[in-house]
Amino acid sequence: MSSSSPPPPPPAGAASAAISAAEKVDGFTRKSVRKAQRQKRSQGSSQFRCQCNQPELHPLPQLKDATSNEQQELFCQKLQQCCILFDFMDSVSDLKSKEIKRATLNELVEYVSTNRGVIVESAYSDIVKMISANIFRTLPPSDNPDFDPEEDEPTLEASWPHIQLVYEFFLRFLESPDFQPSIAKRYIDQKFVQQLLELFDSEDPRERDFLKTVLHRIYGKFLGLRAFIRKQINNIFLRFIYETEHFNGVAELLEILGSIINGFALPLKAEHKQFLMKVLIPMHTAKGLALFHAQLAYCVVQFLEKDTTLTEPVIRGLLKFWPKTCSQKEVMFLGEIEEILDVIEPTQFKKIEEPLFKQISKCVSSSHFQVAERALYFWNNEYILSLIEENIDKILPIMFGSLYKISKEHWNPTIVALVYNVLKTLMEMNGKLFDDLTSSYKAERQREKKKELEREELWKKLEELKLKKALEKQNSAYNMHSILSNTNDELKKKPATSVG
Amino acid sequence: MAGAAGPAAGSGAAGGDGDDSLYPIAVLIDELRNEDVQLRLNSIKKLSTIALALGVERTRTELLPFLTDTIYDEDEVLLALAEQLGNFTGLVGGPDFAHCLLPPLESLATVEETVVRDKAVESLRQISQEHTPVALEAHFVPLVKRLASGDWFTSRTSACGLFSVCYPRASIAVKGEIKQYFRSLCSDDTPMVRRAAASKLGEFAKVLELDSVKSEIVPLFTNLASDEQDSVRLLAVEACVSIAQLLSQEDIEALVMPTLRQAAEDKSWRVRYMVADKFSELQKAVGPKITLNDLIPAFQNLLKDCEAEVRAAAAHKVKELCENLPIEGRETIIMNQILPYIKELVSDTNQHVKSALASVIMGLATILGKENTIEHLLPLFLAQLKDECPEVRLNIISNLDCVNEVIGIRQLSQSLLPAIVELAEDAKWRVRLAIIEYMPLLAGQLGVEFFDEKLNSLCMAWLVDHVYAIREAATSNLMKLVQKFGTEWAQNTIVPKVLVMANDPNYLHRMTTLFCINALSEACGQEITTKQMLPIVLKMAGDQVANVRFNVAKSLQKIGPILDTDALQVEVKPVLQKLGQDEDMDVKYFAQEAISAVAQRLRKLDFPVKDSEEPSAPGADKTHLPRPRGPGEDTGKAQRGRVAGVASKEAVATARFRGPGAAKVSPEQTLPLLSGPVLSKDPTYCPKGEQT
Repeated sequence: MSSSSPPPPPPAGAASAAISAAEKVDGFTRKSVRKAQRQKRSQGSSQFRCQCNQPELHPLPQLKDATSNEQQELFCQKLQQCCILFDFMDSVSDLKSKEIKRATLNELVEYVSTNRGVIVESAYSDIVKMISANIFRTLPPSDNPDFDPEEDEPTLEASWPHIQLVYEFFLRFLESPDFQPSIAKRYIDQKFVQQLLELFDSEDPRERDFLKTVLHRIYGKFLGLRAFIRKQINNIFLRFIYETEHFNGVAELLEILGSIINGFALPLKAEHKQFLMKVLIPMHTAKGLALFHAQLAYCVVQFLEKDTTLTEPVIRGLLKFWPKTCSQKEVMFLGEIEEILDVIEPTQFKKIEEPLFKQISKCVSSSHFQVAERALYFWNNEYILSLIEENIDKILPIMFGSLYKISKEHWNPTIVALVYNVLKTLMEMNGKLFDDLTSSYKAERQREKKKELEREELWKKLEELKLKKALEKQNSAYNMHSILSNTNDELKKKPATSVG
Repeated sequence: MAGAAGPAAGSGAAGGDGDDSLYPIAVLIDELRNEDVQLRLNSIKKLSTIALALGVERTRTELLPFLTDTIYDEDEVLLALAEQLGNFTGLVGGPDFAHCLLPPLESLATVEETVVRDKAVESLRQISQEHTPVALEAHFVPLVKRLASGDWFTSRTSACGLFSVCYPRASIAVKGEIKQYFRSLCSDDTPMVRRAAASKLGEFAKVLELDSVKSEIVPLFTNLASDEQDSVRLLAVEACVSIAQLLSQEDIEALVMPTLRQAAEDKSWRVRYMVADKFSELQKAVGPKITLNDLIPAFQNLLKDCEAEVRAAAAHKVKELCENLPIEGRETIIMNQILPYIKELVSDTNQHVKSALASVIMGLATILGKENTIEHLLPLFLAQLKDECPEVRLNIISNLDCVNEVIGIRQLSQSLLPAIVELAEDAKWRVRLAIIEYMPLLAGQLGVEFFDEKLNSLCMAWLVDHVYAIREAATSNLMKLVQKFGTEWAQNTIVPKVLVMANDPNYLHRMTTLFCINALSEACGQEITTKQMLPIVLKMAGDQVANVRFNVAKSLQKIGPILDTDALQVEVKPVLQKLGQDEDMDVKYFAQEAISAVAQRLRKLDFPVKDSEEPSAPGADKTHLPRPRGPGEDTGKAQRGRVAGVASKEAVATARFRGPGAAKVSPEQTLPLLSGPVLSKDPTYCPKGEQT
C-alpha cells in the first residue's frame, strides 16, 4: 500500500501485534474459536468515555394529553430529552432511563407520522440536533480485524433499541408531507451528509439499510446537496478501491447510485462518465466483489442503457481488470458481460467482439468447470446467439481453437457435452468456415509452436548482444584510458621536442 | 531537445552493429504488443537489455517515445516499467539526459493503481537527484507543477511526494512556488490528496528553512490535524514527530503542543491509536520537559482509553516510555504516574491488551531495580502467570531473563511451575510448541536440580506427543539441555529413557528415538554414542516398518562422523550394506547415501576401502529419486493441521514453528497418506503401507 495512504485501519494495526501473537498460540483454531465466541456479539459506539454522572430521565407527560399550545413546547422538550445517550454495553445501568427514552422515541415517531402540522419551523433545529446526537458517532474498531462479510456474523450495534427508533423518526420526518427542504437545508447541510455517509461503514446491516433509505430521501429532496453527495460517494469508493479495501456500505451506496443513474439527464455529463470509468470499473478489482457485484453490475448496465457509446470503453475496462486467479470473480465478470450483451447494440458489439471473444475463449477453456460452464451458457442466450451468427466470420476463428481443444481434453464431462453443442451450433452457422478451421487446426498449432521457439531464440540473441555490449564497453573504457594516458604522455613530450 | 544536439559516446557503437541494431526494437515492439501479459511483462523487465543493445541515442529517440505512447496496459506491466525507468539514467546517456525519462514517468504517476503510481514517484525521486540544478528547474519542477495542478486526484497525490526532492536545490523564486503548490494540496478538495499531503508534511518540513517551517508548515499542520476526516488527522500525528524535531522547546510548546494535546483526545479512536503508536517517537521529539508536563497525562488517558485497540497500542509502549524518561526522577514518575495504570491493565477485559502489556512489563524490572520489582512488579507478574489467556502467560515466560537479572528467577518459581505445566499440556499444540522453545532458557535459570525434579518428565512426555512438530521440537530441546547440563547428566537422565522408546510398539515413537539420537550424539560425544546409542540404532535396522529402516540409514550417516573408524568399519558398514539390499527402494536409496558418506569418511581417515565394496556414489544413481513421501511420522489431525498450514496464509508462521525439516512437507506429499486406505501389517499406522 502506498505511503501516502493512511496506515491500515488500526483494527488491523493494533491487532496485528496481537494477532501475530495469537497466531503464535494457535493459528488454526483461531477462526473457529473466534466464531464460537462471537455467536452473539454486539458493540457499543466509540463515544462512551467515562460518562459517569448520567442524569436520570424523568418521564414527561404524554403529547396527546397536552393542549395544542403546550404540545409544541413538550415536543421540543422530548426531543431534547432524547439527546441523552446511554451505554448499552452495560446492560444493567440506567434501565429506567433507557426505557423512558425508548418510550419517548416511540411516541415521537407516532407523533410526527400521525399528526399534521407538527413539524413547524422552530422544531427543525431540535429535530436535527436529536438525530445527530444519536446517530453520529465514531464507529468502533471492528473486533474482528479480518472480518469476512461473507462468512462472519456482523457485529451488531448495541444501542440499536434506541438508534432504530431514531432512524425511524428521521425517516418519518423526511417523508412527512409537512417536511420542507427549504427550511431543513439549514440543518441538513454538507457536514451533516458527510457524517451520514461515514456511518455507511457500520457493520450492522440493519443500520445500513436505514441509512440507505434516509440518504435516498435526502438525495431526492435536497437538490443542492446532490452534487456533493455524489462527490463524497466518489471519494469513499476511491478510498475503498485504492487505499483501504474496506468499507461495509458499498452495496448500499451502489444501490442508491443505481437509482440516481437511472435519473441522469442525457447527454451524460463528463463527471458521470468519469465516475463510470474511473470508479465503477476499477471497483471490479476489489477483493470483496461478491458482496456488491449485483448492485455494481446494475449500475454499469444502467449507464450503458443511457448511453450505448460507453459500451466499448466499459468492456475494455472489464477486460483490463479481468480476474487472473479468482475463479469466483471470473464467474461474476462473465455474468456481468452477459448482462451487458443483453442490452448491447449490434454496432457496438462489432467494436468489441474481437477482444471480448478472445477472453471468452480463454474462459471456455478454463480448467475450473464453473468458469467454463458460465461462459458456455452464453450460447443459450438467444440474443447473444443472434449477435454471434451475424459476426460468425470474426468469432468462429477466435473461438475455434479452444473449443476444439477442450472438446477433446476437458476433464469435466458436462463441459465436454456443452462444448459439443456449442461446436454444433457454430458449425450450423457457417459450415464451410468450420471445415476450413478444422483442417487448418493442426497447422495452426504448429505455427504457434514455431513462433514460441522463435521468440526464445530472439531473446537469447538479445542477451548475447547485451553481453557483447558490456564487453565492448569494458574494452572501450580500457582503450579510452590508454589513449588518454598516451596523449598525456605525448603532450608531456611535445613541449620538450618543440623546444628542442 | 538537448539530446539531439551532440551524439553521445555510445551511439556510434550501436550504429556499428549494422543489422543487429535494428533487431531489438523490433523484438520489443512485437513483444510489447503480445496478447499474453506475461510476455509483455518479460520484455518490460528486460528493458535495460534492449536499451543497452539500442545504444543511448536510439533509446532516447525511439524507445522512450514508444514507451510513453504505449502506456495503457495492465498495471503489472506498468509497475515493472515504472521500476525499470528509475535506473535508466545510464542507459539514456547519463545525468545530462536524465530528463528524457520524465515524460513516461509523468504518465505513470497519474495512473489509478496506487502501487504503480508509488513506484513512478519513487523512480522520479531517484532521477531528480541525477538532474543538475539547471535541469531540475527546466524539466523536473515544471513536471511537479503539472502533476500538482492535474485534474484527477491521482496526479496531485503523486505530486505530494516530489516537493521535498526538488525544494532544496531550487532557486528562491522557485522555492516560493513549490511552497505555494504544496499549500494548496494540503487543502485540496479530495481527502485522498490531503492524506498524501499530510503524509509528506514531515518530510517536506525537514527540507525547509526553519522560518518557513514555523510560518508555513505549522499552520498547514494545524489545519490537517483538525481535518474533518479522521484518516487525514491521524496522518498529521506522524508529521508532528518530524516537525517537533526541528523546533526549539518554546516553539514546540507554542506551535505543536496544542495540536498534539487535541490529537490525544480526538473523538476518533483511530487518531488516538496513532498517538499511542507513535508515542516513543513523540516523546523523543518533544524532549523530557514537555513529556513530563503533557505526554505522561496523555499517556495515562491512552492507557485507560475506552477502545481496547488504543489501550493495547499504549501498553506496547510502556517500557520504551519508561526507558526514555530522564534517569533523574524516573523511578518516582514510574511508581506514581505509570504503575497505577499498569496495575489496572493487568486485569483488563481484553486479552490483546493484557498480552501487549505482558510482552513489555518484564522490561520494567531493570529500570525499577530489585526492591521495587519485588514489591510492586512481582505481584503483577504472578497474576499474569495465572492469566486465563495462554498468550499472556507465554509472553511473561518468554521475557523471564529480564527479571532473572534483577531478582533471580526463584522468586517466581512457585507460580512459574504451575504455569509452565499448564502450558505444556495445553490442548493447542502451538502453545505447547512455544513453551518448549523456552525450556532451555528456563532450565538454565532454574538450575539442574529444579529441572530434574519438576520439568524433566514434561520434556520426556513431549517426545511422545501426537503432533510431529512437538516431538521434533522436543528432540532439539533435549540437545540444548545436554549442551547446558553436560554429558554426564545426559547419560544418567535422558539417554536411557530415549533408548527405551526404541522398543515402543508405535513406529512413530521408535523413530523419535532415532531423531533424538541424531540430535544428541554430537552433544553426548563419542563414548556415549558408540557404547549406548549405536547398538540401538543398529538393532533397529531390522525394523519391520520401512520408514524406521531408512531413518536408521539416515541416522547412521548422521552419527558417522562421531564414531571412530573401528566402529564404522566393523559395525556400521555391514548394517548399511544390508540395508542397501533392502526390498524397499527408499531404504536402499538412503542406505547408499549413507554408505558413500561413510566411505568418504573412511577414505579421509586414510583407511583403505576395497573398491568392490564401495557402492556407486549417489551421483551415479541420480535416476532414482525417492518417491515423494512425507516424513510420515504423523497421523491424523496434526498432520492435516500442518498440511492446511502449508496451504494457508499462515504458512510462514507455521514453517517457523515446524522447523526446517517439516516445512518440506508439501500438501501433495502428505495428502495421499491421509486419504487412501492403507494396507499395513504394522499394528500402528504405517505410511508406507502400499509397500509392505
